[in-house]
Amino acid sequence: MSALNTMTIAAARDALRRGEVTSLELTEACLAAIDSADALNAVVHKTPDLARQQAQAADARIRAGEAPALCGIPLGIKDLFCTKGVLSQAGSRILQGFLPEYESTVTQNLFDAGAVMLGKLNMDEFAMGSSNETSCYGNVVSPWRRGNDATALTPGGSSGGSAAAVAADLCLAATGTDTGGSIRQPAAFVGITGIKPTYGRCSRWGIVAFASSLDQAGPMTKSVRDAAIMLSAMCGHDPKDSTSADLPVPDFEAMLTGDIRGKVIGIPKEYRMEGMPAEIEKLWADGAAMLRDAGAEIRDISLPHTKYALPAYYVIAPAEASSNLARYDGVRYGHRARLAQGDGITEMYEKTRAEGFGPEVQRRVMVGTYVLSAGFYDAYYNRARKVRALIKRDFETAFAAGVDAILTPATPSAAFGLGEMAEADPVQMYLNDVFTVTVNLAGLPGISVPAGLDGQGLPLGLQLIGRPWEEGDLLNTAYALERAAGFVAKPSQWW
Amino acid sequence: MSIDLETAAKVAKLARIRVEPDALPVLAQEFNTILGFIAQLNEVDVTGVEPMTSVTPMRLKRRADVVTDGDQQAKVLSNAPDAREGFFAVPKVVE
Repeated sequence: MSALNTMTIAAARDALRRGEVTSLELTEACLAAIDSADALNAVVHKTPDLARQQAQAADARIRAGEAPALCGIPLGIKDLFCTKGVLSQAGSRILQGFLPEYESTVTQNLFDAGAVMLGKLNMDEFAMGSSNETSCYGNVVSPWRRGNDATALTPGGSSGGSAAAVAADLCLAATGTDTGGSIRQPAAFVGITGIKPTYGRCSRWGIVAFASSLDQAGPMTKSVRDAAIMLSAMCGHDPKDSTSADLPVPDFEAMLTGDIRGKVIGIPKEYRMEGMPAEIEKLWADGAAMLRDAGAEIRDISLPHTKYALPAYYVIAPAEASSNLARYDGVRYGHRARLAQGDGITEMYEKTRAEGFGPEVQRRVMVGTYVLSAGFYDAYYNRARKVRALIKRDFETAFAAGVDAILTPATPSAAFGLGEMAEADPVQMYLNDVFTVTVNLAGLPGISVPAGLDGQGLPLGLQLIGRPWEEGDLLNTAYALERAAGFVAKPSQWW
Repeated sequence: MSIDLETAAKVAKLARIRVEPDALPVLAQEFNTILGFIAQLNEVDVTGVEPMTSVTPMRLKRRADVVTDGDQQAKVLSNAPDAREGFFAVPKVVE
């Protein structure tokens, strides 16, 4: 058996059930890998005692013959999830020292299924970023390098710690969240699988809110099968989230047949961007050919409002963020600024938020405040919501015409170097999400599957977009793509 | 439209974020870049389109209007920067 921390969930589950390995052994292997990987800065709060305790409980369940699929599987949890008694700071200084008195529904679901938490994972502050460079904990460094070049690369963002931890085998899988691409872009950058389910599949309760109409949690895993297993455990109806869907959760793994004969795969012409690297263009064409060879029909489609998705997102997401982040006022939890003699409540708010929020979060809160302010609400916010309705309609039209899934590149480039975007204006960084953000606006499920390496040896991913609530079908198409692409590359260990 | 220093200062005030005067020019410039990008939305014909209000059309669930939780004062206050005698403490609000 290879090193235990490199196992997939599916392989570990089968080995656990056969009694070939214990959860405690898996957990110790991951804890050791974490301790030797501080250079990646992926794990920001280690919870070894809790992990060992959960592993022992899982081993008891397995011995008793009562073992759900995730029982005994060691996971990393993004810092955005509130975990009872474990620091949960959303990568922000304003939540310094925050110890939740409650457990998020998603992590509770995972723990109920027997999962083990190894620690909390680094992320962009409040999930606002595409490179994990806005975190109060500092940058995550990707385990991948450009050949022998030691330049530190981004793992993507905002779930950068999750991406790096899974790619570097610090855990078997991790939770992520995705508001504009924050699961799929980092998954693509590090050569792993990441799915954002349909809006409403996973409860948002206990996940620190960024943009409530866009946020969804999802798994980041080493294979499509693992994504199916973990997603089944994460989702389900939750009365504590009013947008949580009261729908049965299928056994997604059971739907992985690999048979996609007769499925219609749409190729949207608007995703062919000017200046797109030839390697991405080729990867996309290769992916379409693989699905065609597997028996799917490839059909050119049009999603005419694609171009307006990013501008609409950068009205709607900051608007919702400015409202959600109003709660950080230095009164009930988190950081409070030291006040000067004579300072009143307004000075307390203003100083606390200036000290507690980093520059990108401040920028987005203020943009959101502006677009919601009197006189601009209709011009910006309402117009963006109308454009959002048109973007959703584009997808509905394609699906109504018989399209089962849509294939696109996951990102416009491979991972870039940390600091390389420092001189660029904020909009340049936002362009990272150009292929993923449409999916959040329309509330659809989307999955990133690793599909190849670029000329410098860095992973590239393809994205499949599915019909609402049909994650099972989407995962099956992704499974067929995964098998055809045969991506097996791993970063060579330098850390 | 272009954001001047006065508008940038007003937005910062509305957002309750202290921005030092010497940081305002850069902030205004960033706002202008972002708003310039957003201005593309004006190209779209949105005549007769209803603004999207919910991602999935759904009727909100109802429940009986009864107390379901409570008596957790210590937990509610456990993360407060300043809590005294069972309350959150803040600087003087009323003169």
